[in-house]
Amino acid sequence: MSSILLRGVAPLGGAPIDVLLEGDAIAGVGAGLSGDEVIDAGGLLLLPGLVDLHTHLREPGREDTETIASGSAAAALGGFTAVHAMANTDPVADNAEIVEQVARRGAQIGLVDVRPVGAVSKGLSGETLAEIGNMARSAAAVRVFSDDGRCVHDSRLMRRALEYVKPFDAVIAQHAQDPRLADAAACAHEGPLSGRLGLPGWPAVAEESIVARDVMLAAHTASRLHVCHVSTAGTVEVLRWAKGRGVAVTAEVTPHHLLLTCDLLESYDPVYKVNPPLRPAEDVDALRAALADGTIDAVATDHAPHAAHDKDHAFAEAAFGMLGLQTALSIVAQTMVGTGLLDWAGVADRMSVRPAAIGRVAGHGAPIDVGRPANLVLVDPAAEWTVEPAALASKSGNTPFAGRTLPARVIATVLRGRFTVGDGAVRDAVTR
Amino acid sequence: MKNLLSAADLSREDAVEILDTARRMQEVQTREVKKLPPLRGRTVVNLFFEDSTRTRSSFEIAGKWLSADVINVSAKGSSLSKGESLRDTVLTVEAMGVDALVVRHHASGAVARIAQWVSCPVLNAGDGTHEHPTQALLDAYTLRGRLGVLADRHVAIVGDITHSRVARSNVLLLRTLGARVTLVAPPTLMPAGVASWPCETSWDLDAVLSGKAHGDVDAVMMLRVQRERMSGGYFPTEREYAIGYGLSPERLELLGDQAPVLHPGPMNRGLEISSLAADGPRSVVLDQVQAGVAVRMAVLYRLLAGPGEVPV
Repeated sequence: MSSILLRGVAPLGGAPIDVLLEGDAIAGVGAGLSGDEVIDAGGLLLLPGLVDLHTHLREPGREDTETIASGSAAAALGGFTAVHAMANTDPVADNAEIVEQVARRGAQIGLVDVRPVGAVSKGLSGETLAEIGNMARSAAAVRVFSDDGRCVHDSRLMRRALEYVKPFDAVIAQHAQDPRLADAAACAHEGPLSGRLGLPGWPAVAEESIVARDVMLAAHTASRLHVCHVSTAGTVEVLRWAKGRGVAVTAEVTPHHLLLTCDLLESYDPVYKVNPPLRPAEDVDALRAALADGTIDAVATDHAPHAAHDKDHAFAEAAFGMLGLQTALSIVAQTMVGTGLLDWAGVADRMSVRPAAIGRVAGHGAPIDVGRPANLVLVDPAAEWTVEPAALASKSGNTPFAGRTLPARVIATVLRGRFTVGDGAVRDAVTR
Repeated sequence: MKNLLSAADLSREDAVEILDTARRMQEVQTREVKKLPPLRGRTVVNLFFEDSTRTRSSFEIAGKWLSADVINVSAKGSSLSKGESLRDTVLTVEAMGVDALVVRHHASGAVARIAQWVSCPVLNAGDGTHEHPTQALLDAYTLRGRLGVLADRHVAIVGDITHSRVARSNVLLLRTLGARVTLVAPPTLMPAGVASWPCETSWDLDAVLSGKAHGDVDAVMMLRVQRERMSGGYFPTEREYAIGYGLSPERLELLGDQAPVLHPGPMNRGLEISSLAADGPRSVVLDQVQAGVAVRMAVLYRLLAGPGEVPV
């Protein structure tokens, strides 16, 4: 078994040290180690491989916009070793067969562990429970259930879902959007800008009121709730209150909600159309503070590829969503590390350790210690790069960061000892 | 000025020039032969993604009296229902050799987006609940006809402000021309963030019309209330709306004798406006329609022939 030595690397941004990889595990951490192949990692950081709780891979159904292969490549290039593939595919991942198919395809491609998310309700209808038990007991061993894209708005269904997943140690990941307060047409943060631009408003309270209800339901059922893509300061307050009372609630924030504000909608460019919508700067500040103090547990990309022809419409009629996998770490570096809100150990916690724990993803988000699985990412924190949509691995180009120069670059990604990415490119061909 | 997308695109000088040009254009309307030659050989396409008889006809007549070839393209439902992107629809029309696009769309911002894709001038004939700049110009033209200068004049705009592109464009243009605006609506029909707009607001129509709220009113503009707003629960019944916010004969008496009553049409008689108000001596509703053609001639002329002397 040949070994690879990362010489002079900084685990979690700490003091430089040598890390030896052998087989699928970390074989040594210390000074003056030697290996069959030596990589000079001076100046580079070593983090546990990133884990995304919220990825849209679009397969099956919209393979013209993303496939499990292209999405896996984007994930690996972004430093991820595990991603959760959302259930709103066509057909919907609401049964054991579909989730097994997605997991199997992910394993075949082998660039990243693809963990399927199961639908909460059959066909995402919000009416009756999907076959949650069958998905949990399947070979895909689903542990995260979500109707993401739609809110489980019916209180009774939400209660039942929270209760029903308990035997499986699973979590309900809620897309918090009261459809009576923010319907399908709602597309812009309700405030002075939406009023002036004449865009249908998506008020903060439509998210906050659902989160407030759901934390009470989680408390009542003593079950686990995860709040997807938190976007408002009010939601942060509710989460802080619930956590203070010991409710088993976790939450995620997207990179785009940590950086972009609703002012960008002035252009009416649908590249900035996302659900929940971009919010004002006060919300962005509150989200950063909440991620820093742990009220928000995780960063999740909500990577949502869309074809150009689904975005080349009037703002209100274009598709919701933006790419995120390849830019996530850099956006977090800019908004959280660059501002002093988090150190790199904190980034590892929010982008790997905690999401792995929430999704019950074994072998990921582990400490960088001897004997641990070698799921790692090597990052150059000093390097900058400029986002070019066409150069991204995704089959779609809908990144709101096009043309931006961002800090921190993924140098290599390691999945169970195998380099899925080395020197910025996917090591293996993926478009087979 | 390449496009006219928002009333905010107009400086005071631009607006005054267009209104002055429109006055010359209106003289043409009284002639036996109404055609002027300046846009001969130019093609103007009225690209309408939403039904509109009056705005489309007004633009069509305006273009024809300037000797342009005017083509009406009804693209209602074409993009999405056929699976075609808006961009493809618009580039297809432009590729036929178009000199200007007059666009009406049901979605806010659609016209601004179209202007980014095409190279010809684009004129916003109403985009969703955003803006309708030529309506604001024809309203200003009509008001000038009745009130003389607009500086320091006070205009009340009453009705569904939230969903009104007419109100948005009027607030911007009247402000540019130095007038004061007060918006009147129930709280459910006031847009988010209206407090940051350059105008006053009130929930009390009687207080505004009597001058008690924000000073004497020189003109009142009643907005159409879409009946489908009822299903959105914005107000309980038509009856209650009419009692609270309709321009009844009694309310008409609160206005000065000379204060004109405007309405962009089509009117819901008995809902937002009584027949006495709509047909009475203060009503300038038909003047607005007439002004519409003149103003649109002036705008088409400005965008296609550029600034300068009008060959009338």
